[in-house]
Amino acid sequence: MLLWLLFILPLASAALIHFVLKQNNAGLATKLGTLFTFGTLVLAILWVFNVFSIPASWSWIHFGDFKVNIGFVDDQLAKGMMIVVTGIGFLVHVFSLAYMEDDDAKARYFGNLSLFMFSMTGIVLAENFIMMFIFWELVGLSSYLLIGHWYKKDTAAEAAKKAFLSNRIGDFGFLIGILMTWILAGSVVFSEMNGAEFIAHGECLAGAAVLLVFCGAIGKSAQLPLHVWLPDAMEGPTPVSALIHAATMVAAGVYMMARFFGGIGDAALQQIPATEVIAWIGGITSLVAALMATQQNDIKKILAYSTLSQLGYMVMAVGLLDPNAGMFHLYTHAWFKALLFLGSGAVIYACHHEQDIWKMGGLRKKMPITAFTFIVGTLALTAVPFTSGFYSKEGILHAAENHPLYWVALGVAFLTTFYMFRLIFVAFLGEAKDDHAKHATEVESRMFGPLIILAIMAFASPFLTKLIPGTEAPDIHFVMNTTTILSISAFAAGFALAFLLYKGKKEDPVSIPLFRNKFYIDEFYAGIVKWFQDLLAAVVHFLDEFIINGMLVGGLTRLAQGTGNIFRKYAQSGNLQHYALISGVGILLAIYFTVFK
Amino acid sequence: MLTLALILIPLLATAIIFFGVSVNARKIALGAAVLNIAVAIAAIFTSGFSDFTLNVLSKPNINLALDIHQNGGISVVLLLLSVIVTLAAVLSGTCPKGREKLWYCSALLISAGAIGAFISTDLFFFFAFHELALIPTFLMIGILGRGDRKEVAWKVTVYLAFGSIVLLAGLLMIANQLGSFDMTQLTALSHHQNEIALLLIIGFGTLVSLFPFHSWAAPAYASAPAPVSMLHAGVLKKFGLYGLIVVGYKVVPDGMAHWLPLLLVLLLCNIIWVGLVTINQKRLDLMLGNSSVMHMGYIFLAIAALVDNGSSFATQAAVLLMFAHGISIAMSFCLADRIENKTGSLELNQLGGLAKNAPSLAFLFGLVGMASIGLPGLANFAGEIMVFFSGFEGWKPADDLGPVQIATIIAIWGVVISAVYMLRAFRNIFQGETVSRTEKVKPLSGDDKLPAIILGVILLIVGIYPQSILQFFN
Repeated sequence: MLLWLLFILPLASAALIHFVLKQNNAGLATKLGTLFTFGTLVLAILWVFNVFSIPASWSWIHFGDFKVNIGFVDDQLAKGMMIVVTGIGFLVHVFSLAYMEDDDAKARYFGNLSLFMFSMTGIVLAENFIMMFIFWELVGLSSYLLIGHWYKKDTAAEAAKKAFLSNRIGDFGFLIGILMTWILAGSVVFSEMNGAEFIAHGECLAGAAVLLVFCGAIGKSAQLPLHVWLPDAMEGPTPVSALIHAATMVAAGVYMMARFFGGIGDAALQQIPATEVIAWIGGITSLVAALMATQQNDIKKILAYSTLSQLGYMVMAVGLLDPNAGMFHLYTHAWFKALLFLGSGAVIYACHHEQDIWKMGGLRKKMPITAFTFIVGTLALTAVPFTSGFYSKEGILHAAENHPLYWVALGVAFLTTFYMFRLIFVAFLGEAKDDHAKHATEVESRMFGPLIILAIMAFASPFLTKLIPGTEAPDIHFVMNTTTILSISAFAAGFALAFLLYKGKKEDPVSIPLFRNKFYIDEFYAGIVKWFQDLLAAVVHFLDEFIINGMLVGGLTRLAQGTGNIFRKYAQSGNLQHYALISGVGILLAIYFTVFK
Repeated sequence: MLTLALILIPLLATAIIFFGVSVNARKIALGAAVLNIAVAIAAIFTSGFSDFTLNVLSKPNINLALDIHQNGGISVVLLLLSVIVTLAAVLSGTCPKGREKLWYCSALLISAGAIGAFISTDLFFFFAFHELALIPTFLMIGILGRGDRKEVAWKVTVYLAFGSIVLLAGLLMIANQLGSFDMTQLTALSHHQNEIALLLIIGFGTLVSLFPFHSWAAPAYASAPAPVSMLHAGVLKKFGLYGLIVVGYKVVPDGMAHWLPLLLVLLLCNIIWVGLVTINQKRLDLMLGNSSVMHMGYIFLAIAALVDNGSSFATQAAVLLMFAHGISIAMSFCLADRIENKTGSLELNQLGGLAKNAPSLAFLFGLVGMASIGLPGLANFAGEIMVFFSGFEGWKPADDLGPVQIATIIAIWGVVISAVYMLRAFRNIFQGETVSRTEKVKPLSGDDKLPAIILGVILLIVGIYPQSILQFFN
């Protein structure tokens, strides 16, 4: 039953905050949301230590051959993921207490955070594809609501809409994939999927099903070509970016694929060459996003592209049929990326909502704790040996060995170090370039507390083996081999280049418009929407109005009008009688036929 | 007798309002609506009162025969839909002064007609009750409608009369072959299945705004007063779908299978073609009207799956979605009416930032908008997901994808289309900065909210626990 409590607590919190407490009791609402999240964290830890067993499932829909249960999985993959969600969720709640203190709609904010926690818990616990899809859509909703928290800002409203729609496009494929899997594998329940049956009808059908399911991950995990929503999603409050758009929800695609691949089984997967496509999409996303990150000036945008890039790593590992490596990176990345985002939140807060790194500088002295923890996060992200990111990135590089993507992954490692130290040199070192940065002061304990815990996790997380999601524990021994040497060299090269180009600079000495403008993909899509969808809609509307309505039906109307005019001669009254008359004709005819026939 | 009361209560209330002197029409209508919900619940959950027969004509044998438990629970669900939406409709809209009689009598008559059509077990009354409900619909549009009300009323009349007459021809051919109007005795016909099936598809189809006979619907709902839009789009329109399932599939299954390719093309046009038309709408009421047309495509898809593979749950999927759509579209029109009442406009580009001054309106509209685009946890999703699965139920992976599976795949693109227009509308009306029309708006009053809350709670209950509706099927 405790697992049900873990599942229901966040929903109860969301309902209480939205319908009972509301903005009038905002102070209580924020505390309640934080407390309930802490409760879920405690329950998740108890679950990790097997304190309680898995409860019976609940029949959501049961009719004919269509059965859907709300039921829970009970394995290390789910337990580890649950720790990530509730652990970072709790820290983000604490951080938000301070960050959102003066917001005039903070009750709504905390209510929606609780709604998100509920939806994400549902994804993690889902024992079948339909349940996962249900909560998949609900995290989409909570993400929409939180990105659009400041809905009066046009950019925020547009970003929320864009996120929802991009995800919907992915879900179009996802849903078809689920339908195909239902027939091919004989079930939507992960533990009941039959891998042999799944591929029995040819690698083509099986491959199509796998790729269609993967479409869901493309949307949710913001892989190319549906990545455009994630950088825009930074319009939401920064703690939301940390929780949803860096650590948990965007990684749900990787989790979903790991769960799906677990259901199908390795033996079947190895006969499906289409998984190669997944690996390449991940690899290309990680490279393209890293290139975009090198030319961004908004501190959150840099981190957003970095997230895209790291998600690409995870997806690549999944596509190379090593989901454990992907999940291990998901796990370490969640802690250090949440650290970086919350750190950027602290910086933005201290600099009065300035997000341009070229207007910062010298923050190391003004905000020592934030700067120190941010640098720790950077070291983990850039995979410096003995940080958590190092071990998980090794895992991914090993998964890619003997594959061309190995070199892409190394290139991304170089770029990651370069753009992250560019950020550090410009924003945290050197001189303050703006008044806001000059007068910045260290944030309060409710904000730096979570930063410190996350900084510890950036080192400690790989050693807490009970918390790592996946079917087998990762290898966390430090062994010097070719991959390690190449990976350290990539770090050194990236660091050296950032040092040479950006140390003490007041403006960007490099300008690559292609990267800065995100390869013009957003403009390209805007064009498609404008010229294809909107124009097509307008043309169809025109045809509908003038051909179908005008000619086809217009003819009918004129015919009827003609008949009506004959009646009018006798009735000599306005239209109203005709309405009654024409519709009454049906009844009259019925009587005529039945009585006189 | 309880079953007869379901029709008599709204009819009697209509008579009292119409002939009574200085009566409070609203209170009587409200009383009748509430009473009818109670009677419906009593009739559903007690056995023994459920059928009623009165011989009207002996040669041919026509009976006023009613039974709510026919068709394996389909009628029960549609009856529930009818009484719930009736209550919400009576509570909605603003009746112009001095028009109370017309306003409330029409709502009650439409309700009585719809209920009669859903619980009749006699083909003649099945048809006649629906006709009865259409007359007040035309009158309300023609007299109290907005915009070009006369032209719209005329167009609706022509379309629906056309559909009705085609349908009547089909029904008479059925009765002729079977030698009876008794709907409990319907069996597959031995002659002319194809011809009759076409008549039924066009006849029933026109009443449900099947492409290309759809263009009456959006202008009608945009012009009609809120209670009429709610009752017609929410309840009465389901008559055609109900008819295709309980009459069409029973008497002409092979005929419907013969026309399956045509039906698939038309329903995809409903979803994709009308979906694109919906995207291009600039007014909220027209957008909602078109979206309602679009969503009919999903229910037709369930019918197609039923015809194609005799799916074990397509009928229930269709009826569950009919229920969900009925509640959600009624709630949409109820709230659209409030938006117009508060701001004086439904033009999407004249509104903005309404969430600031009317947060509960934004919440309720957001809720129903999310329901209509199939967000899980709200009723429509449960219906839609069952429809999609029913489309794939007949797939044998040894063969290629069949036409119904391909249609299902194309239909799923509709979930993207509906998200596009609904989020765009929400964005334009409620988000952004306030504009001149929205800056002085007052929040919704309790009376404003009540009908929407009733409908919204039902969307939530059915969405979270779909068995609450599915339990009625057997």
